[in-house]
This record gives sequence, structure tokens and C-alpha cells, in this order.
Amino acid sequence: MTTPAPIQPSRKRAFSLNNPKVVPYVLVSPFVLYFLLVYLYPAITTVIMSFQHLDGPNSATFIGLTNYERMWSRTFVQAVTTTLRYTVWDLLILVPVPLLFAVLINSTIVKAASFFKALYFIPALTSIIVAGIVFRLAFGTLDTSLINQLTGLIGAEPRKWLMEAGTGNFVLILLTLWRWLGVNIVYYYSGLQAIPNELYEAAQIDGANAWGQFVHITLPGIKPVIIYVTTLTVLGGFSMFTESVALWQSANPGGIGRTIVGYMYMTGFNKNNMGMASTVGLVLLGMVLCVNLIQLWLMGFFKKENG
Amino acid sequence: MMIIKPKRNNMKHTILTVLATALMIITAILLMIPFYFMFISSLKPGEEIMRYGLSFKIDPGISSFTNYTALQDYREGIYWSWYKSSLITMGLQTLIGLFFGSIVGYGIAMYDFKGKGAIFTIVLILLMIPFEILLLPLYRMLIWTSTVDTYFGVILPYIVPPFMVFFFRQYVSGLPHDLLEAGRIDGCTDYGIFFRIMMPIMIPAYGAMAILSCMNSWNNLLWPLIVINTDRKFTIPIGMGTTITPYGNAYDVLMPGAVAAVVPIVVVYLFCQKAFMAGLTSGSIKG
Repeated sequence: MTTPAPIQPSRKRAFSLNNPKVVPYVLVSPFVLYFLLVYLYPAITTVIMSFQHLDGPNSATFIGLTNYERMWSRTFVQAVTTTLRYTVWDLLILVPVPLLFAVLINSTIVKAASFFKALYFIPALTSIIVAGIVFRLAFGTLDTSLINQLTGLIGAEPRKWLMEAGTGNFVLILLTLWRWLGVNIVYYYSGLQAIPNELYEAAQIDGANAWGQFVHITLPGIKPVIIYVTTLTVLGGFSMFTESVALWQSANPGGIGRTIVGYMYMTGFNKNNMGMASTVGLVLLGMVLCVNLIQLWLMGFFKKENG
Repeated sequence: MMIIKPKRNNMKHTILTVLATALMIITAILLMIPFYFMFISSLKPGEEIMRYGLSFKIDPGISSFTNYTALQDYREGIYWSWYKSSLITMGLQTLIGLFFGSIVGYGIAMYDFKGKGAIFTIVLILLMIPFEILLLPLYRMLIWTSTVDTYFGVILPYIVPPFMVFFFRQYVSGLPHDLLEAGRIDGCTDYGIFFRIMMPIMIPAYGAMAILSCMNSWNNLLWPLIVINTDRKFTIPIGMGTTITPYGNAYDVLMPGAVAAVVPIVVVYLFCQKAFMAGLTSGSIKG
């Protein structure tokens, strides 16, 4: 760069964007800009805002830790509980169940497997709001609503499914499972395809049964995918909002199904308390990072070099 | 996997096949049922659904396509404005995301440079951060730059999607690196190599990411809801949401609207399904 070469072209070449040393920086520069603008700057602002009281976009007063002290209302705690419970159920169902299906699809047991794989993916293409309409109707409050009719066949009393916390959260999980099953199957399937067949053949020669092969070959082979799916599920669970809106709009009866993000939206945009909403957002961030770190540590991610 | 030898375990294999296939078929039916209801309900008068909810029966007496023509006229054709908004944001978000996502992912995978590790670590961390927590400051940013209520505002947070950077990085890691040297010897600039040689090779990856991006955008609710104020510029999820009110839901609009919103993306998916699966599989996820 500082070569005193008097000849114009060579100096130009040293500065050139075509220089192989410079090219990678040009290529990744959009991401760096994006990171600074869309993540880092807003993240810093969020921290600052969490110590402020904001009236409108341009007037802010620092109020110390007041937001952090006043945050612990019953509604907030309820939203945290709802989110945590939802995430746990999500993990318990959406991590293992699609794996079972992916293993079946990838095996020689099921015929027309790729047809099923393609079909299971279709729910993911629909908008949750649109699909939620059908779920709301099916689990409607009427005695003649679809699910009440079906449960009536086995002699159960009609229920107001979406008006009770237990059943309401159940429908929420059902909607999520309906939509994400196929997606996770595809993730797992792509991981299973990458496991070389010779490993299974060798295991069979050694006399390993199907279960043994699953535990000793399949599971270690798709561990990265399991980590990936778990991370996505944790993220999806903690940031869930649309599913809740699809089932209740913003009128959650008694706060049923209202998530942290829902609470944040309500505080920031309906009650116009941006400072408090930022505080809630930071709590959410803290929770997600904790869970992710624990999960990565459990999976032994830090033991080897990440590749 | 689980290659069970047919000769030795014939009986066991047959039973397993029957059970597994039954499970697959039942699951398929359960997953498809909502679409069935969506369609038959779109043919019924709204009051019918309001009064009795969903029912399996198709009643030819009260079923017709009049809801679909009514949808055209609903609030002077506002549904098609929503449709247009959804298509515009989907197209912009996908094209821009694919372009930058692939360039950055390629840069990280193909070159060795100082700071590479740091950048990839940031990508991984961003994959774990819910973008939702940044809504408020991002919204204030839009206010300051007067981009509230614009499509640019809607796509701003998705210009270089971290999940695409991650995917393209994984994909390109699996490609032969000597392509770069070969291109240089042929006299291409490094950018020329990317656009002329690499981009065509990455077509399966573009296909897979295009579908995921379209899905995300088509379904996105929270951020467009915050950014867009004019009701003609609403995207479909926001617009459909406005027809659900405490005073009763406009099922005559909701149901045909739901079908019309689902059909195009499912058709596109069915056509590109093979390429999509192949693309996802070839970029298989590594730690």
C-alpha cells in the first residue's frame, strides 16, 4: 500500500478491489454493515432504552433501574411461564418425533417415502394466521364445533378449548407441530443421507441389531443436525408470537397463550412504554442465551473445534 | 439406514412395513385435514360457518364459488392490494437476501483472511438471537429515516439473513477450491469467478434458500405489522387479521382468502419440490 513505486498502474493495482487479499473483505462487507446496523446498534440502543422512560420517539429521561424493578407484574410472570412451558413442550415433541419419521423415510421399510416427505412439508408453506383460522374454528367454543363433536362421540363434555389455559396451550402446541413437523423431517433427512451406508453394512456384519445401529451410528452421525434443530426450536419457542395471535388475536382471555414477545409488543406499541418493552426484550435475550449455552455445553459443542 | 435383510427377517419386515406405512398415512391425513376444511368452508356462506362451525359434509345446496367473486369486490378489491404487497415484499426480500447471503457465505468459505473466524462466530451467534428483541430500536431507526410504511422498511432486517450466510458457507465449503485458481488462470477477476462460475454451481442452494425465504416472508406477521400503517399496503397475514374482529369474523372473506393465499405457494413448491429437497440435502448441516 505504501510502496513508493512511481509507476501508476502498479500502485493502482495495490489499491485495487481485485487484489485477492482485498476480495474477501469486499465479499463479507455487506454482512459487517448489516451486523452493525441491524443488530449491534439496536442492541446497544435497547440496553440504553431499558434504563429510560420514553414519551414518543424523541424524548427520553433516564430513570435508572426503575423499569427492572417495575417489570415483575403478574402478566409478565405469566407470559414468561407460558413461553417457558411452550418451549419445553416444543423441545420434547419437535426434536424426537420428526427424527422418528425421518428414520422411517430414509429406511427401506416405507414405500413411497419421498411422497410423504414432500406432503408433510406443505403445512409449512401456509401462513400461520391463515391456518390458525381453521384451528380456531375446529376448537371453537360452540357445542357443535368440530372437536367438541368428535370428543362427544366418546362421551366427553363439550369444552371451551381456547378459553382454558391447559387446553389452550395444547392447541398452541398442536398448531406448531402441524406446521413444523415436515420442516424438521427434511433437516433430519438431509443429515441421514450424509451418513455413509458402509457404516451400517459393517455394523450388520458385526451383528448389531436395528436399535444398536441407531444408537451407535445414526445418532452420532446426525448429532450436528440435532444441535441445529434444537437451537432452532429453542429460538422458535422463545420468540413465538404469530401462533398466539393466530389463535387469540391480541385478546388473550386472562392472558392465556400470551408470550414474552406478545407482552413486549403490548407494552411497547399498545401501552407505548418503549423503555419497559426494551427491558422485557433484554430479559428474553438473557433467557435464550442461557438456554443455548447450556444446550451447546450438554451436547459437548465446546469440546471440539467448531467447524 | 436400517437395512433389514428381506430373506432372513421376511415376516418381521412385512409387519414393520405395514405398521410404519399406516403411521405415515394417518399422519398425512391429519396434516392435510385443515386444507380440506379451508377449501370446503370457502364454498359456504359465512353465516353457516359462524352458526355451526366446521363440518366434514359438503352440502351442494349451499356450496358455491360466490365467495370468491365476493372476495374480488371486498372493500374495493383490497384483498388484491394485500396480495400485491405480499408478493412485492416476498420478491424483494428473497432476491436481496439470496444475493447478499450467497456472496458473504461464499466469501467466508472460499477465502482465508484475517477476521474470518470472528465473522463466522458472529453469524453463529446471530442464529441464536431472536430478532424480535430488536424491534423497538429498529422501529425508531425507521422513524428517523422516514422509512415507516415503506416496503424498504419491511425488508430492512432481512437484507443479509444470517441463516442464509450460514447455509451458503456450508454449501461452498463442500465445493472444490481449485475452481478459484482455475478461474484466475483463465484471466477472470475474483468477482467474475463468483458470478460466472460459482453462481451457476450454487443453483441448488439458491433454490432451497429461495423456498425458505419465500416461506418466511409470506408468513411474516410481527415486523410488517409494526412497519406498515396504510391498510392498502398490508400484507396478507395482517389483512386477514383485520377481518377477525370481536364483533364476528368475516368468514366469507377469510376462507376464500385463505385458499387463495395458500394455492400459489403450494403449486410453486410442488413444481420445485425435487430441486428444493436436493438443494437442502447437498448443503447438509455440519457442526
